[in-house]
Parts: sequence; C-alpha cells; structure tokens
Amino acid sequence: MSARDAILNRLRNRRDGELTAPVSDFSVVEAKQWSVSDRVDLFQQKIESVHAEVHRVSQTDWLDKLKALVQAKGLNNLLVPQKAQVGVDIRQQWSDDLPELLSYGQPIEGWKAELFSGVDGAVTDVRSAIAETGSLVLWPDNDQPRLMSLVPPVHFAIVDADQLKNTFHEVIRSEGWVNQGMPTNALLISGPSKTADIEQTLAYGVHGPKELIVLIRQ
Amino acid sequence: MSHNQSAAQGAVKAFHPRVQEAINNPQIRANFRKAMDGLMDKRLAAFPQDDELQQLRDLAAAIRLRALSKLPELLERLEANLTANGVKVHWAENGDQACQIILDICQQKNAKSVIKGKSMVSEEMELNHYLEKHNIEALESDLGEYIVQLAEETPSHIIMPAIHKNTDQISDLMHDKTGTKRSRDVEYLTAEARQQLRERFEKADIGVSGVNFAVAETGTLCLVENEGNGRLTTTVPPVHIAVTGIEKVVENLEDVTPLLSLLTRSATGQHITTYFNMISSPRKEGELDGPEEVHLVLVDSGRSNIYQDDELLDTLRCIRCGACMNHCPVYTRIGGHAYGYTYPGPIGKILMPHLAGLDDAKDLPSASSLCGACGEVCPVRIPIPKLLVRLREEAVAGDSQHNDSGVKGRGSKRSTSESLIWKSWAGMHKSGGLYRAGTGAATVFRALMPNKIGAWTKCRTAPKLAASTLHQQVKARGKNGGES
Repeated sequence: MSARDAILNRLRNRRDGELTAPVSDFSVVEAKQWSVSDRVDLFQQKIESVHAEVHRVSQTDWLDKLKALVQAKGLNNLLVPQKAQVGVDIRQQWSDDLPELLSYGQPIEGWKAELFSGVDGAVTDVRSAIAETGSLVLWPDNDQPRLMSLVPPVHFAIVDADQLKNTFHEVIRSEGWVNQGMPTNALLISGPSKTADIEQTLAYGVHGPKELIVLIRQ
Repeated sequence: MSHNQSAAQGAVKAFHPRVQEAINNPQIRANFRKAMDGLMDKRLAAFPQDDELQQLRDLAAAIRLRALSKLPELLERLEANLTANGVKVHWAENGDQACQIILDICQQKNAKSVIKGKSMVSEEMELNHYLEKHNIEALESDLGEYIVQLAEETPSHIIMPAIHKNTDQISDLMHDKTGTKRSRDVEYLTAEARQQLRERFEKADIGVSGVNFAVAETGTLCLVENEGNGRLTTTVPPVHIAVTGIEKVVENLEDVTPLLSLLTRSATGQHITTYFNMISSPRKEGELDGPEEVHLVLVDSGRSNIYQDDELLDTLRCIRCGACMNHCPVYTRIGGHAYGYTYPGPIGKILMPHLAGLDDAKDLPSASSLCGACGEVCPVRIPIPKLLVRLREEAVAGDSQHNDSGVKGRGSKRSTSESLIWKSWAGMHKSGGLYRAGTGAATVFRALMPNKIGAWTKCRTAPKLAASTLHQQVKARGKNGGES
C-alpha cells in the first residue's frame, strides 16, 4: 500500500469513531468595523508601530512627495511597474535629473545579480489594505512580480484611502478570493523586514526591505 | 521515528543530568528568564480585551477541531486542489520517507545546494543531516536558525531558535565562523548575515520551507514570517519544496484569519507578522519570477496514531505559537535543549512521546509541575495539563487502563514494585480496619522512617510521621469534651 493510502486508511478507520465538527462562530472577527476615516487612522497607527513610514498625500501631489522622498533617501534608481497606473503616472511625470527608472522587463533568471545588488528601491501599488493590522495586500503579477516588493532595500507602496478594508477576513470575503481563484502568490505586508533573533533586539532589513514607505492618497 | 533516533535516545537517557546541568548554568538561566519575561509581557499587551481573546480562542479551537473532524477528506481535497494548481503532492509515513522524497527531487534536479526557510518538521526529520550525508548542502536562512546551524546546535525554541544565546555569544560565533568583527551592534550583525545569505539565495538550487496553514478549499500554502527569508526561499530558487505535518490542514481560506491573529499575538505579541505569504501554484506562463516547480510533502510520523484517540486528538490542534513554552516555569528554568527533543516545553511533552515513543520519552510528561499556565494561554485551548496526566498514566499503564490506547511505548515506565506499593495502598484505603492497623503501626515504628528517600530528599527534608494518627487524635479530643 502506498504511504498515501496507508495514512488515509488509518485516519478513516479511527478507533474512537467518527468526529463531529463544532460550529465556528466568526462574529468576533466580523464585529470589527470602523468608519472610513478611523480606518485610515488605525491603519497608519498600526503600520507605523512596526516601523513603516507613512505619508498622507493627495491624488495631485503624491508624485511630488515620491520624488522628494527618492531624492532625500539618496536612491540611485527606482524599479517601477510598466502597466499599473502608478507606474504609468511616474514614468510620464519623471524628469532626467531624478534617479533612473528601471523596469522588471524580463524573467528573474536574466537579471538576478542586478536585481539583488543594483536596485535601490521599488514602487508598487496594492490590491487593498487592512486597517486592523496595518497590512498591505498584494497579488504580484507579470507587471509587479513577487521579488519587486522583496529584494530592493526600499519599498514604496501607493495606497488609496478607499482601498482600506476593516479586516483580513473582510478582504477575503468582499473581494471574493475563493470564487475567483487564488493567484500564484498573495501577500500581506506589514512593515519592513525585521528580526529579533539576536537577544530579542529588533533589527530591520534582515532579508527583505529595510524601509517600507507608504503613501496614502486621500 | 527517524534515522537519527539513536542520537535522540542517547539524549533521553541523560535527561536528568541534562536538566541539572541547565539549572546550574547561570547563562542559560539568565538568557531564558529575560526572554520569557519579555514574551509574556508582549503577549499580554497584545490582548487588551479579554472577552475578545476568549471568543477568538473558542473560534480557533472550533476551526482546528472542524479541520481534524474532516481530516482525511480535507487532505484529499488539498491534494486535488494543489494538483490542479500545478503543485506536486507527496505523502510520507515518517521522517525517513520524507527525507528520501526530498533527496529524490534534489537528485533529479542535480541540486547541490538547498536553502531553507524555518521548518520544525524538517528539524523533526533531521533533513539537514540527511541531505549533507548525500553531499547536498542545506543552509538555514532564518537568522536564528542560521546562528544555530553555525553553532552546530538545534533550536532551543520553536519560534526563536537562538533564544539561548546572548549577543556576545552570537558575536563570537559569527566572528569565528564567518569572519565578521566582534560587535554588540545587532544591526551590524544582522546586516552581515543579510549579505552572507543573499549570496546564497542567488545561487541556491532548491528552497525548502515549512507550512503554517494548508488551505484545502483553495489549495494554498500559508507561511508566517518577519524576515522575508521565507519569501526568498519560496520565490528565488527554481524549485520550492514545502514540508508539513498532516495536521496543518484547515478547511476554508477564511479559517486562517483568526488563527493567524492568535498565532502572532500569542507567539511574540505582534498584531501581525511582517509577511503572510500565500502560495497556490508554481510560476505561471508569462510570470517573471517564482519557482517553476512546487512540491508539498505531507508527513505523518505518528500523527495518524494520535488521531485515533478522542482525548489525545487535541494534541493535533496545535498551531505552533510557542506560548506554552514562554509561560512554562520548567521551560524558563531549563531552556529548550535540556528536553533533548525537537519540540521542547509543554507542547513537546505531549507531542514527543507519540513521535518518539513513551519508552524513549518517558521522562517528558513528568517534567511538569502541572501549574496549568500552558493550558491557560493556549490559543486553541489544548488541555495540556490533562494530556500530561494522561501520558503519565499511559507510561505506567498495566492491563486495565486505556487498554488499547495505542500509544507507542505504553507501560514502559511501569515497575513491579511501584505498582505493588500502589495496589497495597489502594487496598489499605478501601478497608477501615486495615487502614487503622496500618497507620497505627506506622506511628509506632515511625523512628524507623529513613532520612533519605531517593530524589525527594535531595533538596528537601524527609517527612516525619506524627506520634499518633489523626483518628487517635480526634478520638482523644472527643473524650476531652469535644471542643474544636
């Protein structure tokens, strides 16, 4: 008998008989609701508490803020999506005196070394965001691949205030994740990469970005 | 349970000396005391509203029980959905088989180097040793695991593997093994480790990770982490192999939301970890990164045996947050290594006897004061103290108790003389005459009580019997007028 069949057989022929499933009452999760403006405040408070940098901007001045931040942080280049609207806007309104814009234009195999050591920062949009835990929700795709929000030392995330949901549970339910089918990779990001493995002392950027900068467009 | 079982057995034989050694080591005592005090405070602060915590615990326990109640169906559903997504699913009866499956994949891919995200199941099956024996390098990438691997040790905590070391010790270790400067600057040490590991990530042939929750409904593998090494491990190498115990499956995607919330808050007091990584398929056409191949290895290793028993089943609810060890007075004093097994602390004491056998792990269920803290903080309400008592009974069980419990090594701690003493004790207490005669005789011959009674008098004085029995005293009092 295969290991699979042997294991399943043992589980099916349980000595103490069949088990019954208790009821799962999700009301404690569903009860968490905030007003739209409270959601923004809570999101900011939560994500700042884990060392992310948050700027509230408007739909018209967000690019100026981004340009200023990129310069202030002394970045030499910036990886930007090609198709997503944030990427299109950045590319249209960038100027030559600003750091060079890069594209994730080929499979990782073709430029792994460059991505790992030559890219200073990256910009992504988000699918939604979660107020309760201060989390960004990303579904990486061809335009904004998985390593874009992970390998460069600085990650800029552009969030619209109306993308904020109350809880992770609400995100899954209201966006119909189960029915539309899960992507290759779905992610919650809450702060920059961190570790406390050396004597519980927090240190940032252990493997992923050292800095997470969130622009909330209102 | 595994090819290195003999090593584990050696460790168990030395259980009491190990404990003594740990208790006498001021460094271990100080490192763990400081860390556990901090973790207890952080957990408390993460649950400001007790009613929310209790409702969440009820929900999480119900979700885990629901998953277990449908375990065979959910495993099949998980397999079917993952397979439809393009993930290859493997089944292993034990750690050896799981190691062999992973080795086969490595050999097919001509892999020379494996990079690992944190996985306790891979520790349980001693995957690193196995791969190294076959000339495949297995490198841990979680910072704590990396430190432990540099020191050629095993994790002393399931969440914080290097918690037994302080900054100076880690600085010395990294200096000796990797040539970094000696420094108490944690940022410097972390940045150095980042650089060392980044080079390895770029070159690794295969990434191996664990799984926190496997969602049957969607065929999704969920990983909880802070560092990003889990994401790198599961994204950069061309092949990703996830390995997990069969009990980690949950039914629905929404089930992970309360479990995740309880896991991170109970473990380290974080409202959420930096990354929650949900993987459902290998790289699809047109995608620019991610592994071309994803495998899941489902490992049994005694779990289906635990599953047979209504009471022991609760052991399988565990979501591996480590709160039980953070709150355990025994763990805090002796640290993780003294136990001598992959999983230390209260969860280890109720899990390892099944994985290794009670004959091997017979001392674990007794290494507890039954204070109950572990059961009180468990986010999925596992009645750990009750299970410790059950395993103590199993260890000394004769023919009558839990007759066909199926616990491996059942009765291995039973001694003829001890069971005879308890049988006489029971007999004496059942008969009034015998009881009075016995206690009466004991008071008469009380001078003969030995001053040394084994382990009891190592750090206590021997009990002394009173000159007369309680019955005699009460009787005398009644004669003197009966005042109380």
